[in-house]
Amino acid sequence: MSVSITSPNFKENAKKALDDVKLQNSRVHIEKGFIGKRSKSIAKVADFEQMREEGRAIKNHVLAHLDIYLEKFEARVKEAGGHVHWAATAEDARKIIAKICKDVNAKSVTKGKSMISEEIGLNSHLEDMGLEVIETDLGEYIIQLRGEHPSHIIAPAVHVSRKDVEAIFREKHTHLDKARVFHQPEDVLAEARAILRSKFQAADVGITGANFLIAETGSAVIVTNEGNGDLTQLLPRVHVAVTSIEKIVPTLDDAAVLMRLLTRSATGQDASVYTTFFTGPRRPEDPDGPEEFHIVLLDNGRSNMLGSEFEEMLRCIRCGACMNHCPVYHAVGGHSYGWVYPGPMGAVLTPSLIGVDKAGHLPNASTFCGRCESVCPVKIPLPKLMRHWREREFERHLTPKAVRFGLAFWAFFARRPRLYNPLARLGMAMLKLLSGGKTRMKTVPLAGGWTKFRDFPVPEGGTFQSQYKKRRKEEGAAQ
Amino acid sequence: MSRETILARVKRNVKAAPNRMEAVEARLKGDYAHRADWVAVDAEKLVTTFIEKAEYASASAETVKDDEELVEALARYMRAKNLPFNVRMGADERLSRLPLKKAMIEAKSGIAEDQDEIGLSHAFTGIAETGTLALLSGGDNPSTINFLPANHVVVVKASDIVKTYEDMWARLRAKHPKMLPRTVNLITGPSRSADIEQTLLLGAHGPKSLHILIVQDI
Repeated sequence: MSVSITSPNFKENAKKALDDVKLQNSRVHIEKGFIGKRSKSIAKVADFEQMREEGRAIKNHVLAHLDIYLEKFEARVKEAGGHVHWAATAEDARKIIAKICKDVNAKSVTKGKSMISEEIGLNSHLEDMGLEVIETDLGEYIIQLRGEHPSHIIAPAVHVSRKDVEAIFREKHTHLDKARVFHQPEDVLAEARAILRSKFQAADVGITGANFLIAETGSAVIVTNEGNGDLTQLLPRVHVAVTSIEKIVPTLDDAAVLMRLLTRSATGQDASVYTTFFTGPRRPEDPDGPEEFHIVLLDNGRSNMLGSEFEEMLRCIRCGACMNHCPVYHAVGGHSYGWVYPGPMGAVLTPSLIGVDKAGHLPNASTFCGRCESVCPVKIPLPKLMRHWREREFERHLTPKAVRFGLAFWAFFARRPRLYNPLARLGMAMLKLLSGGKTRMKTVPLAGGWTKFRDFPVPEGGTFQSQYKKRRKEEGAAQ
Repeated sequence: MSRETILARVKRNVKAAPNRMEAVEARLKGDYAHRADWVAVDAEKLVTTFIEKAEYASASAETVKDDEELVEALARYMRAKNLPFNVRMGADERLSRLPLKKAMIEAKSGIAEDQDEIGLSHAFTGIAETGTLALLSGGDNPSTINFLPANHVVVVKASDIVKTYEDMWARLRAKHPKMLPRTVNLITGPSRSADIEQTLLLGAHGPKSLHILIVQDI
């Protein structure tokens, strides 16, 4: 299925998500699981702050010299016998990969997990050409069977319960005994392993992403726990790594710093089980490995972010820590965001890639609590960037009329303290009158939308202005 | 075409500065050994730290004195797991000289097959920082041996266990100054997945057990 964008319907999506019992039950995995694991692993690091600073410095340096690093990387890949393809748009990338598959008469393609491939809508494009496309990461495989998209950039099936995994396996693996019992999760895993093993062996083309690209050596890096990425790139005749231009790092040593940040921030691991560096196709001395190696470098809006107020977003190493810690993401889950990238990083990146007219709801769905920024391993100021989007939206008159009116109304009085103060005092007096002596009000006239889900605290004492004035006077008299 | 479009946009949007190319060249030649100091691992305790971290990642590890003890340890492992006395290995001389026949262990060479129960490899280095093994592609150890067999046994010399990733890269650059091998696998523990309700399960697509034999040569 192609990637349909439902970000404009964020509010409706969120409403549905709040009522979705299964989704709400799965929250615990993020809140208790990922958050706890990350903090446990970071506690073991002597100076995590220093690591974050170094990570930010590495990424900033690369972005400031991105053109030079891209050319160096390309040269090294070619030296090793690999091909480098440049894709300005998602459509360019799809066409390039489709041609690579066509040129080798591919019938079947295995895939390692790749958010870029989601971004460009690769799977449905290849399927339309008549290719069989099999996701091999277990989480991606599960959601592929269910006809869904990932709800999290690290744990794509985090919203799916074990019961539902068993159900979809029973439904789709029709060659197996329908009455078989899954005694424990190991049985489910064993079934997936057996089925996917034959797919790995049969594939003509293996497509992975790349977590990092190393300019020094022309290497692409994948970080997995299952080993599926490795089987995807080792067994077929052709290996394609589809990735984006900002993934470059200068040296192997720089990759080590980012690896340390990535695994701890994402899953609380000191190291992922398999971190693999591949450089070009197989060599004469290799008995195994792909005969052809292709890197597809995607731009799709990233070069335009350079030099803009959103440049810092390009530091992102796709760890998922921001969404793991975001109260909004906890409440509504990844699918509500309506496209490929959810949570705080999705709220900042999505408008850059598909436009703030479609994705404007996302940066508005934030209280700016700042948790995301505090856990970002490369120190991206996510709330600030979300605020920039709100400003852009406002400038383009995309903000809903009611909000614009409300803001204009408030601004009129805020600029005129002589009107603001007496009106505030009047408003407070009226609320106290309406409250009937209680300290909280379940409904407030004209604020029904707000009080539908919250109680309004009744004002006590004077306005801030009057209290401030009083205290200044008292302080002055005391001197 | 796309390449020119993308590079032109990037060049236009990055901040102009003198000596940009020099900054890049300096960075690529730079010395990052100092970063190893950030990693709190006692240089005197590399082997014990390596074992501790590897076990934390669900691998098992033991030390052996020489080739004979190595083969005994391998046989013990196979008996404990009820595995057939059959291994798949590459052309690595350090493995082909092992007295496997003494323990009645048969060895198949070449690339791995799905039915292989045990893959036997010799690591390039071990990294104490995270209990990680570095394995290089090539005839000595075809990379499929690291992934297709159900169990993986890896031999590493104690003298090849380094402290950090930076130390390992230094060794790799020394061995392969012109170009890295096609595949460098950094392996920490057996294959795992937590995609089913975040329950940790071993043996997702790669081996479900990883056993490390450390040869005490120092």
